Amino acid sequence: MAILLIAEHDENSLKEATARALSAARQMDPQVDILVAGEKCAAIARQAAALEGVRKVLLAEDAALAHQMAGPMSALVTPLMETYDALVAPATTTGRDIAPRIAALLDVMQISDVVAVQSPDTFVRPIYAGNALQTVRSKDVKKVLTIRTTAFPATAKSAQAAPVETIAVAEIPPGVRFVSQELNTSERPELTSARIVVSGGRGMGSTEAFAMLEELAARLGAAVGASRAAVDAGFVSNDLQVGQTGKIVAPELYMAFGISGAIQHLAGMKDSRIIVAVNKDEEAPIFQVADYGLVADLFKVLPELMEKLG
Amino acid sequence: MKILVPVKRVADYNVRIHVKADETGVELANVKMSMNPFDEIAVEEAIRLKEAGKAEEIIAVSIGPGEAEQTLRTALAMGADRAILVKTQQETEPLAVAKVLRAIVKRENPDLVILGKQAIDDDCGQTGQMLAALLGWPQATFISKLEIDGEQATITREIDGGLQTISAPLPLVATTDLRLNEPRYASLPNIMKARRKPLETLTAEELDVDVTPRLEVLKVQEPPARAGGVRVESVDELIDRLKNEAGVL
Repeated sequence: MAILLIAEHDENSLKEATARALSAARQMDPQVDILVAGEKCAAIARQAAALEGVRKVLLAEDAALAHQMAGPMSALVTPLMETYDALVAPATTTGRDIAPRIAALLDVMQISDVVAVQSPDTFVRPIYAGNALQTVRSKDVKKVLTIRTTAFPATAKSAQAAPVETIAVAEIPPGVRFVSQELNTSERPELTSARIVVSGGRGMGSTEAFAMLEELAARLGAAVGASRAAVDAGFVSNDLQVGQTGKIVAPELYMAFGISGAIQHLAGMKDSRIIVAVNKDEEAPIFQVADYGLVADLFKVLPELMEKLG
Repeated sequence: MKILVPVKRVADYNVRIHVKADETGVELANVKMSMNPFDEIAVEEAIRLKEAGKAEEIIAVSIGPGEAEQTLRTALAMGADRAILVKTQQETEPLAVAKVLRAIVKRENPDLVILGKQAIDDDCGQTGQMLAALLGWPQATFISKLEIDGEQATITREIDGGLQTISAPLPLVATTDLRLNEPRYASLPNIMKARRKPLETLTAEELDVDVTPRLEVLKVQEPPARAGGVRVESVDELIDRLKNEAGVL
């Protein structure tokens, strides 16, 4: 038997989250098939087939699978699970939407946000915003997991491509209808896979101040993030939120400006390799996790950084 | 329209959690407990739908120990009409909770079930999707906007790259994201009034639902601590250290 991995893509390209979740899947079982489902995604199937250690790629194309809505996706995947031991999906908003629906249809208790694979049935996952790590063993015959992608390296590309097999899609009854999508069209790299993240908190004080962070990010080739306080204050949109209830990031360098360091925020960034904190409050908890702390006014530091890194 | 709002009693989000010395779980004795913040948002949204004349009745439901009654009283004080407590001493996993909720939905026939996208204790983020699957209903997860027009809901969802708008027929399961609304505080008179609102108590056995856990918790540990670093005195020193010590610039 084997593992079925649901590919993360936007019909334009295969997302790195897939290659990271693949690393986790291969720690459970060397036999991993990737499912690429969508409206038109043959090119993405070829990208998935190029990943190292993939046994084969299943390609499912149908207008009903556009945007990978949970209803159609679960109708497609649940019957496929007869021949697999485990279903793995990256813990993206798509994976988190789809996987529990399939798990319930299989009568399986899902294991969410896996950060370590100890054996094919034993996994480590964070609870309480990452303030504790729980090791659990699944007693279910089949496993359903979502993977915290920052905890696993991306699988490399292989010289030899795996076969792509087109699978039939049974008729899917109508349910949820897609209306529209407003995606952030930033030139910046994606928050969850960027090498550098510059992030702002309540201390930024305004949307205009975030424009300065954008500028610094542009110079560093970094993504821009924000704390929940900055999102709640309306400075930036919620898709920039880093933390327990937002995105989990683990870049090489995380620079926090005007972020106090609430537990909920630390949960989203404390696995970054190097953390820099700039805050005028020297008591701010962010300094307890920062590798380099600078007690200073961020409105003086930001222009100086830009000038000296220019 | 009838709305069912499942709510969970969890350690308050301001509490600093400590792992038990024997690594069997986290210390919850003498810890302040509150309604899961995402469920508060769900209760608020239900009340707003009722205030807008779109809903007639709001039923809050909780599955847990007897103390979960306090969480239900909070929901009643905010504005829910009645409550159901499904008592169990067993730790309940999302799959078991979804099965209990399915049994409640079969009894109550709501048009909308609205609940938090995740509980801030186990951080599973599964219950809503699982309930939708068990009922064969459409689901709308991580919602930041909800409009109901007759038998149809128009929903904005928070997705990784931005926002997605979908339209779904009722009945529907929806899970709340942070920006859906800002929950109200219950006023003192409403807290007093909530004491007299109806609260029915059931057990999982009465509903004929098996809540036996499927996951065995082998241990719960503190995450590796991150050693605090150094204070730098200037932007120049920061840039120098990032370039030459950390090698990240």
